[in-house]
Amino acid sequence: MTMARITASVYTSHVPAIGAAIDLGKTGEPYWQPLFKGYEASKAWMKANTPDVIFLVYNDHATAFSLDIVPTFAIGCAEEFKPADEGWGPRPVPVVKGHPELAAHIAQSVIQDDFDLTIVNKMDVDHGLTVPLSLMCGQPEAWPCRIIPFPVNVVLYPVPSGRRCFQLGRAIRKAIESFDEPLNVQVWGTGGMSHQLQGPRAGLINKGFDQAFLDQLIADPDTLSRKPHIEYVRDAGSEGIELVMWLIARGAMSDNPPRVAHRFYHVPASNTAVGHLILENT
Amino acid sequence: MALDKPYQDVPGTTIFDAEQARRGYHLNQFCMSLMKAENRERFKANERAYLDEWPMTEEQKQAVLARDLNRCIALGGNIYFLAKIGATDGRSFQQMAGSMTGMTEQEYRDMMIRGGRSVEGNRHIGEDGDAQAHRQPQGAAGRGKGA
Repeated sequence: MTMARITASVYTSHVPAIGAAIDLGKTGEPYWQPLFKGYEASKAWMKANTPDVIFLVYNDHATAFSLDIVPTFAIGCAEEFKPADEGWGPRPVPVVKGHPELAAHIAQSVIQDDFDLTIVNKMDVDHGLTVPLSLMCGQPEAWPCRIIPFPVNVVLYPVPSGRRCFQLGRAIRKAIESFDEPLNVQVWGTGGMSHQLQGPRAGLINKGFDQAFLDQLIADPDTLSRKPHIEYVRDAGSEGIELVMWLIARGAMSDNPPRVAHRFYHVPASNTAVGHLILENT
Repeated sequence: MALDKPYQDVPGTTIFDAEQARRGYHLNQFCMSLMKAENRERFKANERAYLDEWPMTEEQKQAVLARDLNRCIALGGNIYFLAKIGATDGRSFQQMAGSMTGMTEQEYRDMMIRGGRSVEGNRHIGEDGDAQAHRQPQGAAGRGKGA
């Protein structure tokens, strides 16, 4: 192997309360037990399949980006990224080590492929990025690999369409596979599943929508990517629209059907339905 | 030509679009300022004086002082920004989300454990789901209404 290659993709919700439960030692409580049980297999898989780099798609929650500047797609090109203080104090998790060479390569390739990324050289990372790492890696002294943060705007509407995200994923695949080092790369898509955090409709959960989304993400992502925004908002809640980010990771996978290494679904974690998939390239 | 905004037909829901973001710019930036510990202290010491440092409308300031999150959102606030007020007050996302339904904290938590709010009747304004305007507030507060 001489070039970088994408071996697998991981999808998971990134609920902040999950991070708090881990940090405060509450994972054994009856409320949280079933959720963390669903990630036991994931942690074992992660140990057996540790990549060199994770390309981690997530959204910033009014942490690094205020309303002064809201980039639709941004790529973290720094050496490292510190866990942010979101108002409750920073999470006690390791500093995220980046991969500036691969990040710069991806930025150049993807921008020349007509996806106009914002380059970020200084940024703190919030629960959107650190909770998936905690779920997959537990509580290590240092994260087991390099991580390229890729924040997507899903807070200020209109967010990018599912179609745009899926096609961006394909451009990211092409970029990674043209990097001239034999790196094992995973692409993660995070956020979702159904949830709404605001207004009298807060607390909305739609298991039927979520399970159908998981099925289609595995078997027919091309059709799924054509789902319009309004269907996410209406059926999966105003914050359920985070799910478009999963299509970036799915678009980065090979066109062959993936192997489903793990699938898990649980309600609730705080206000949210938790969905999780591990797909391997075949 | 007016833009198509089909999401205005979803009950109990305000989509934070460019128009709302413009209306709520200073309100949300005030919230961002609470990410710094020294600002949280100054806000807690004198909320009104701290709010007066921001070019927010009086209505926005009153909504913050009352911790009326539904009102804050109607005036251009976004939940991820407003969450900084909750963090300053020591409240969780679940407590904040629940407060917008009229339910007590326990009622809302119990609804989530039972599997959350159903989408049935809550997709379009004018249906009969529990998020519709004519069914507010929810929980015991609503059952007491008109009794």
